[in-house]
Amino acid sequence: MLIKILGGGCKNCQNLHKNTLEALETLGVEAEVVKVEEINDIMAYGVMKTPALVIDEEVKVMGRVPKAKEITKILKEYI
Amino acid sequence: MFNWLDYLAKLLVTQVFGLEMESKLGSSIHFFVYDTIKIVILLSIMIFVISYIRSYFPPEKTKRILAKFKGIKGNIMASLLGIVTPFCSCSSVPIFIGFVEAGVPLGLTFSFLITSPIVNEAAFIILLGLFGWKLAVVYVITGVIVGVLGGLIIGKMKMEKHVEEYVYKMDVAQIDPDELTINERISFSLQNVKDIVKRIWLFLIIGIGIGAAIHGWVPEDFLAQYAGENNPFAVILAVACGIPLYSNAMGTIPIAQALIGKGVGTGTALAFMMAVTALSAPELILLRKVIKPKLIVWFVIVTGIGILLTGYLFNFIGHLLM
Repeated sequence: MLIKILGGGCKNCQNLHKNTLEALETLGVEAEVVKVEEINDIMAYGVMKTPALVIDEEVKVMGRVPKAKEITKILKEYI
Repeated sequence: MFNWLDYLAKLLVTQVFGLEMESKLGSSIHFFVYDTIKIVILLSIMIFVISYIRSYFPPEKTKRILAKFKGIKGNIMASLLGIVTPFCSCSSVPIFIGFVEAGVPLGLTFSFLITSPIVNEAAFIILLGLFGWKLAVVYVITGVIVGVLGGLIIGKMKMEKHVEEYVYKMDVAQIDPDELTINERISFSLQNVKDIVKRIWLFLIIGIGIGAAIHGWVPEDFLAQYAGENNPFAVILAVACGIPLYSNAMGTIPIAQALIGKGVGTGTALAFMMAVTALSAPELILLRKVIKPKLIVWFVIVTGIGILLTGYLFNFIGHLLM
């Protein structure tokens, strides 16, 4: 599973990153988590409001920071 | 609505601290306690309500709506959507690119970018809480007018070549954001309340502290004399002071309130708040990534004049609306 966090690096993006790692730990799942900060790459996903959570190239959440619990639920679909 | 709080704050001053309400220290403490709690309550409720409404208007949807409009109708629509579309300054670059890519004209994009920060929940709350709904509504309408006129002027000037070339060449995917469930909307709104309160509480307390000091110690006529409605330079000065301040936007609420209470013109205080939020230095630095200096300068000039006019208008008619 490849997880991408899209965002310029502001507080919200950091929180999303943190919550995602927390969710992965809860599930005990290994995954590659990549930060995408380059604006061209972010726009390639069509995301206009950061931060965004992309799992296996699919935009799952954007413009808000879901809690670790919600991310856990989203991740379960991919296991 | 806040009589109970007023009563509790008075009890605190007289019973717990053993001070006279009429004393300078007593009235300052009362002002500080009463205002801190009142503003935090009002702010939390308003941010929740506004965030909930905003969860229905992600920028991806806004962009599609705007691409269908042309001319002044488009500018009006862009300004109105600027009020309800959520975005923090770190998203202004992707939003700008997304709009341009979708074929939204530059003038409409600027109507959106000008109104969005001007009409913010902080300014709305101070007006609603302190001066009633009439002034608050006129403020929102004025913010929309500033955005519409600013966008129209920038659109007429044909500034498209002052957008960085790479913006036009960017490859933007089209996505349809999933509709959120009610639970997700509530969690998004609560998150916003928590984030904003967490970010501003210190500024708020400092601001209210300054406000309380002004309230208790600065003589009644002192500020009215220098920054009152009759001083034509007060508005210009307020805008010039507002531009470099950014993170303190919310902290300006209690200061503005105390200033107005001491006779500073309503329009002057409003122009100050609008300048703090719409023409902030960090916002301009971010926009520089997508537009060239000449267009930034025009954005500042057009928006600045709009804010100045709003300031003068409110100094002129403000008292009629209270």
